[in-house]
Amino acid sequence: MAALLKVENLRIELTTRDGIAPVIDDLSLELNAGETLSFVGESGCGKSMTALAIMGLLPDKVGRVASGTIMFDGEDLAKASDARLREIRGNDISMIFQEPMTSLNPVYTIGEQIAEVLRRHQNMDQAAARSRALELLDAVRIPNPKSRVDDYPHQMSGGQRQRVMIAIALACEPKILIADEPTTALDVTVQAQIFDLLRDLGKETGTAIILITHDMGAVAEMAERMIVMYAGRKAEEGPVDQIIEHPRHPYTKGLISCVPHLVAQLSDDRPELTEVRGIVPSLMDFGRDECLFSSRCERADDKCRSSRPTEMKFKNDQHSACWQAKEL
Amino acid sequence: MSEQQEFLEKARSPFSEAFEMFRKNHAAMAGLVVLLLIVLGGFLGPYLYVGDPFEMVWAPTTPPGEEGYFLGTDYLGRDMVSMLIYGARVSIAIGLSAALLTVFIGITVGALAGFYKGWVEEVLMRITEFFQVLPTLLFSMVIVALFGASLPMITLAIGLVSWPAVARITRSEFLRIRELEYVTAARACGVTNSKLIFTVILPNALPPIIVQAALMVGSAILFEAGLSFLGLTDPNIISWGQIIGSNRPYILDASYTVTIPGVAIFVTVLAISLVGDGLNDALNPKLRQR
Amino acid sequence: MVILTTILQRIFYAVMLLIAVLVLNFSMLHLAPGDIADTIAQASGGADADVMEQIRRDYGLDQPFFVQLGQYIGKVLSFDLGHSFFYNQPVTTLILEKVPATLLLVITAQIFALVVGVLLGVFSARNPNGMLSHFVTFVALLGYAAPVFWTGILLLIAFSLNIQLFPSGGMIDVTVEGGFFAQTWDLLKHMVLPVVTLSTIFLALYSRLCRASMMEVLGTDYIRTAKAKGLSENEIIYKHALKNSLSPVVTLAGIQFSAVISGAVLVEAVFSWPGLGSLALQSIIARDTPTILGILFFSALVVIVGNLITDMILRMIDPRVGSKG
Repeated sequence: MAALLKVENLRIELTTRDGIAPVIDDLSLELNAGETLSFVGESGCGKSMTALAIMGLLPDKVGRVASGTIMFDGEDLAKASDARLREIRGNDISMIFQEPMTSLNPVYTIGEQIAEVLRRHQNMDQAAARSRALELLDAVRIPNPKSRVDDYPHQMSGGQRQRVMIAIALACEPKILIADEPTTALDVTVQAQIFDLLRDLGKETGTAIILITHDMGAVAEMAERMIVMYAGRKAEEGPVDQIIEHPRHPYTKGLISCVPHLVAQLSDDRPELTEVRGIVPSLMDFGRDECLFSSRCERADDKCRSSRPTEMKFKNDQHSACWQAKEL
Repeated sequence: MSEQQEFLEKARSPFSEAFEMFRKNHAAMAGLVVLLLIVLGGFLGPYLYVGDPFEMVWAPTTPPGEEGYFLGTDYLGRDMVSMLIYGARVSIAIGLSAALLTVFIGITVGALAGFYKGWVEEVLMRITEFFQVLPTLLFSMVIVALFGASLPMITLAIGLVSWPAVARITRSEFLRIRELEYVTAARACGVTNSKLIFTVILPNALPPIIVQAALMVGSAILFEAGLSFLGLTDPNIISWGQIIGSNRPYILDASYTVTIPGVAIFVTVLAISLVGDGLNDALNPKLRQR
Repeated sequence: MVILTTILQRIFYAVMLLIAVLVLNFSMLHLAPGDIADTIAQASGGADADVMEQIRRDYGLDQPFFVQLGQYIGKVLSFDLGHSFFYNQPVTTLILEKVPATLLLVITAQIFALVVGVLLGVFSARNPNGMLSHFVTFVALLGYAAPVFWTGILLLIAFSLNIQLFPSGGMIDVTVEGGFFAQTWDLLKHMVLPVVTLSTIFLALYSRLCRASMMEVLGTDYIRTAKAKGLSENEIIYKHALKNSLSPVVTLAGIQFSAVISGAVLVEAVFSWPGLGSLALQSIIARDTPTILGILFFSALVVIVGNLITDMILRMIDPRVGSKG
């Protein structure tokens, strides 16, 4: 089966004060219909940039797709016109964001904000859009939708607002839903509910989900496959269970060991909580011909510091961009 | 000793940095130069260009350039150049003193309200709101009408109606700064309230107040021009607005008598606002980072 | 219910403000040099014994200060602002005669400044480095620095004396014959220059603020959401961004209400517009104190009502305004 979304050799350049930086460098990935794929990595690794590029929402005049293709349903989104992208956005591909508190327009009712996207893409009239909005509110498990549909965002909690965002995103039954850190700003108890909701609705509607997160725990629960990104490059890719069991990249290994319960039973002696030392290199160093993780890696040798690792393939399509992947 | 020096240099650096920023701002520097020229013209002018602004020197409404009168004469045959020079002194004097008064009242009210909070703030801010409800020009017209139109009274009138803006800014700065750690630290050390207000909080609250004060000079000049345009000024004093007001009936024959003093007011106030914008950019640390 | 109580609260507060204006008026009368009767009677030459007697009775000058004050407030609250000895008419009648002209000028100028200012602000925010954006910055400087009466005279010279497009002053031409339409057309022609003059200052303020707030709104998360929904640029700007960026502009317009009235005094003087400002100027020259104080009171009333209306509009634009308290 052909992939629903196929990104090949994507390079995104960002114009900064100090010059042009490749925030995404030679990234390829595939997303199949109905599957859940997760992008993992620290902040500033290019996860959100990739998502914005797929949506055609790179910041005006600052970011642009320099090369590569984003094939969706046989159409290259990197070359699509603005008008065509507007037809796709919110309809075939939709997105929810990290900040539910500020992502809804404060001066319109939530009912209107859901109905709007239906009128835009589904040619519904006012009444039909409104009754569908009520159904959607019910679907995202907002109690008593009839009394809430005319509420303004400030009358709702953060979790409820994110549910409304999900209702907006799923209103047109998109083929792909991109969820960019959807629970980071929420309470822990609410986080689990939102993840449950996303997983259930994704299954019901057959929507493929790209889950962007830095939370390995969420990945383990939600996704079938994952892509670990580091400094604008793919570090590792493969089935979630397999990677957690046997990561082939020191960065992945570091991320996993930050979450102790992933690797150990609660009753076991727990190893000390670790962190990945150091920080992501600065944007201006993103283009260098080396392993960008080498400055933080205990195993780094001269080869790592002098040439960019090529991808090594393992069983079940696990890939790792590390010179020492085999030894790991 | 060297440590102390280093500390002092660091303490001074924000201001030198602001000065650098200001110097690089061409519009603000141009405004400053124009402003200095106007001040110099107002105070040295009478020595360079001898002439009595009240004296009829030639036929009324002689157009500029004719008979050696560079800017012509007004409806009473007075030399426009002398009048403008004389008017500059009045505008600048009133602008500065009214702005000073405005800032003094505004800082006092704003500082007390922002520092003590509670009922003090409530009362003072209600008073401030009250003054914002009165149309400023009408209010000062009433003051001048009831208490006479001398220069000090005009200054007082302008000061009395303009301070609420300064008070609001001062208050919000005080409310913000009083919660900062160094104020708490000073308080914990037993620093008295008056010392806290004047030596700890006020110096840090000054940047936006300075900017507002600069703009106040401009609006005071406009204010005075408005009052004297209406004829509500000391009849023995010539000011730019008064020249416009008194020549207003003769614009059909001599529009320059109205145009030229207007340009003088416009250029002065524009220069002040450019300087104000420059100060704002230079003193506002948020903008400086851009 | 909540809305009703807030409205009642606002009205109560407005009445308190008005009473404060009266206290100020009365105190200024007391502080002015000379006996109150002298101050008030200066219009009629000050010497007429009957008039002096009437003033003393009117203001109860034999009573203590606070009793006098109370009586004064009581009279004003029953719409009696005193008697103008210069015009020999009740002040209330005098003022009510002039109010429509001033309100017409002030409200038209505010609306004109708001509409044009917001449009300029929106257009320039969409292209922050374009020509229009620089034009807005330029107009903002002009509007701030040019004395409004000077702008008025320049427009008068240009469009009334040189190119005889508009009448040079007044509000209506009594010689105009014809029905309602002809008279309205005449009124409109008289309005153009005063309204444009008065608008310039505020137009500058509003366009600059609208530009800034629009640019801020365009960077918010909910605009990103609107883009992610696939809405068109016009829907994003005029539906989602505009309503949000209007709040600060409307707030400023409310604050500027008293400044608009101050400006109107000067504009009325330039264009001989028969409103409150002209009346104020005449009564000051005639030293007609009751009328002057009456006008100050009335203009404060207009400002307060203007603020109340602004408040209502803000609540309509932004549902958060009421609920935050």
